[in-house]
Amino acid sequence: MRDILTMMWKEWKDVFFQGGWRSLPRPLLVVGVIGVYIPLQLGPQWVDLSPIAILLLLWIPFFMIITFIGDVIAGERERHTLETLLASRMPDRAILLGKVVTTVLYSWGMVLLSLLLGLILVDLFRSQGNWMFYPLDLLVEALALSLLASVLAVSAGVLVSLRVSTVRQAQQTLSVSTIVLVFGSVLALGSLPPDLVSSFTYSQFLLIVMAVLAVLDAILLGLAMASFQRSRLILS
Amino acid sequence: MPAPIIRTEHISRYFGTVKAVDDLSLEVPAGIVFGFLGPNGAGKTTTIHLLLGLLEPSQGQASVLGFDTRTHSDEIRTHIGALLEFPGLYERMSAEDNLDFYGRIYQVPAPDRRARIKELLNHLDLWDRRKDQVGNWSRGMKQKLAVARALFHHPPLIFLDEPTAGFDPVSAAALRNDLAGLVAREGVTVFLTTHNMIEAEKLCAQVGVIRQGKLLTIGNPDELRAREGGSRAEIVGRGFNEPTLALLRERPEVANVELHGDHLTIQLRGESEGRRTEIAPLVTLIVQSGGEIEEVRRGKASLEDAFLALMEEETK
Repeated sequence: MRDILTMMWKEWKDVFFQGGWRSLPRPLLVVGVIGVYIPLQLGPQWVDLSPIAILLLLWIPFFMIITFIGDVIAGERERHTLETLLASRMPDRAILLGKVVTTVLYSWGMVLLSLLLGLILVDLFRSQGNWMFYPLDLLVEALALSLLASVLAVSAGVLVSLRVSTVRQAQQTLSVSTIVLVFGSVLALGSLPPDLVSSFTYSQFLLIVMAVLAVLDAILLGLAMASFQRSRLILS
Repeated sequence: MPAPIIRTEHISRYFGTVKAVDDLSLEVPAGIVFGFLGPNGAGKTTTIHLLLGLLEPSQGQASVLGFDTRTHSDEIRTHIGALLEFPGLYERMSAEDNLDFYGRIYQVPAPDRRARIKELLNHLDLWDRRKDQVGNWSRGMKQKLAVARALFHHPPLIFLDEPTAGFDPVSAAALRNDLAGLVAREGVTVFLTTHNMIEAEKLCAQVGVIRQGKLLTIGNPDELRAREGGSRAEIVGRGFNEPTLALLRERPEVANVELHGDHLTIQLRGESEGRRTEIAPLVTLIVQSGGEIEEVRRGKASLEDAFLALMEEETK
């Protein structure tokens, strides 16, 4: 655990807070759009956690992770810091998990911040007199979904980053993969029989998506851990 | 006699059909700077990777600090420091954060980390720049910081992979001085790979020469120089013809004679046993044979001469 925390400390300093306060505009832009602009546009629809709100919240991890995971994994190799790290006592698993946990927490933190800001702004500027709050069951599902989506994006990001040689290649491959994933998901959902879709409540449908994401997370994270080994990395 | 800090027994490492390290056996005693010399692609870096347990040998076995590289590589990496081919510094982090990170990796308590950062950066004249992002530093400063990082947790053994490669002579000399100072102060054993013979001559108590994965020789620099023939006479002039060279070669004190233009190099025998070979009779012989001499110099074979001779021998 101490080693994972050490890696998280390093990632925070090196990647996420690299320019001090100057590194804030990028995440603030995302939160500004998803946590400020969109909720003010959607109004009560945002607080009801409608499908469009959930989809936008799920987009945050993918956007944040495309930006960061390539830097965190492929960047170590591109900047020639990985070999020295591998020559230290830091275990493989701690290196990987430190990077994964930091990236997941960062993107999930953006989701939480967007949800909080969205709620406050809708209540302040778009409420009809009464104080609104997210439906508790949907809020829990939205939080779980965004966490699972973050893990999925990070695990896929690790696998891609291990197979490319530069940060730019990783970001390009992940951008294309995200587009394919989004369109693929939309097409897959559209091809489901309407009877089947209507037989589930909204909450049940989110639970099914969560189950699918959890299975994919387990597979991709397992593959990432199997791939992230000193003996392989030193030869790559 | 103390056990060697590094011992390899017939280790080899293949990459496909290429033998990067071929049947390498060596022992490095504790407390010295050991120079591992060889041209580019000789297998120096692969040897370091094998000793750190980052790669498994295809054959043979090795131990570092008494730990088997195959079965206890984690223990080895816990107890050593390394500066590999690249400095491996996080350029967007400050110098003190770079050191702090490696201090955390080696689980050095926070107060000790702070004290060690101050001690090392002060010693290397980098303390005033500790808050700078390392990316803004010169190459020499980065390399000094990387040496400090390798020594941070007081390892008994450090690996330095060509620390002055690509440096201009002035920067290389400065780094070498800092390195020598730190190593002497910390009392650490150093496994140094280099193809810089001046560096090896100045720093190393013992050297091994590797080529195409094979260890060609091992010994202290003086022994290696002696093997190349110890002293020599360098004569500049005219009229050095083949009969003169033949007469010189017949002399018992002459090991070898080479003529390049107007430069005659005579390798002398017997210097390594402590006797000083007279060169005046050789000069007389040349003059009597019709040679005209402008300059005579007595010189010693350098480690570079010994190294080049070894490479040449192997090529033949």
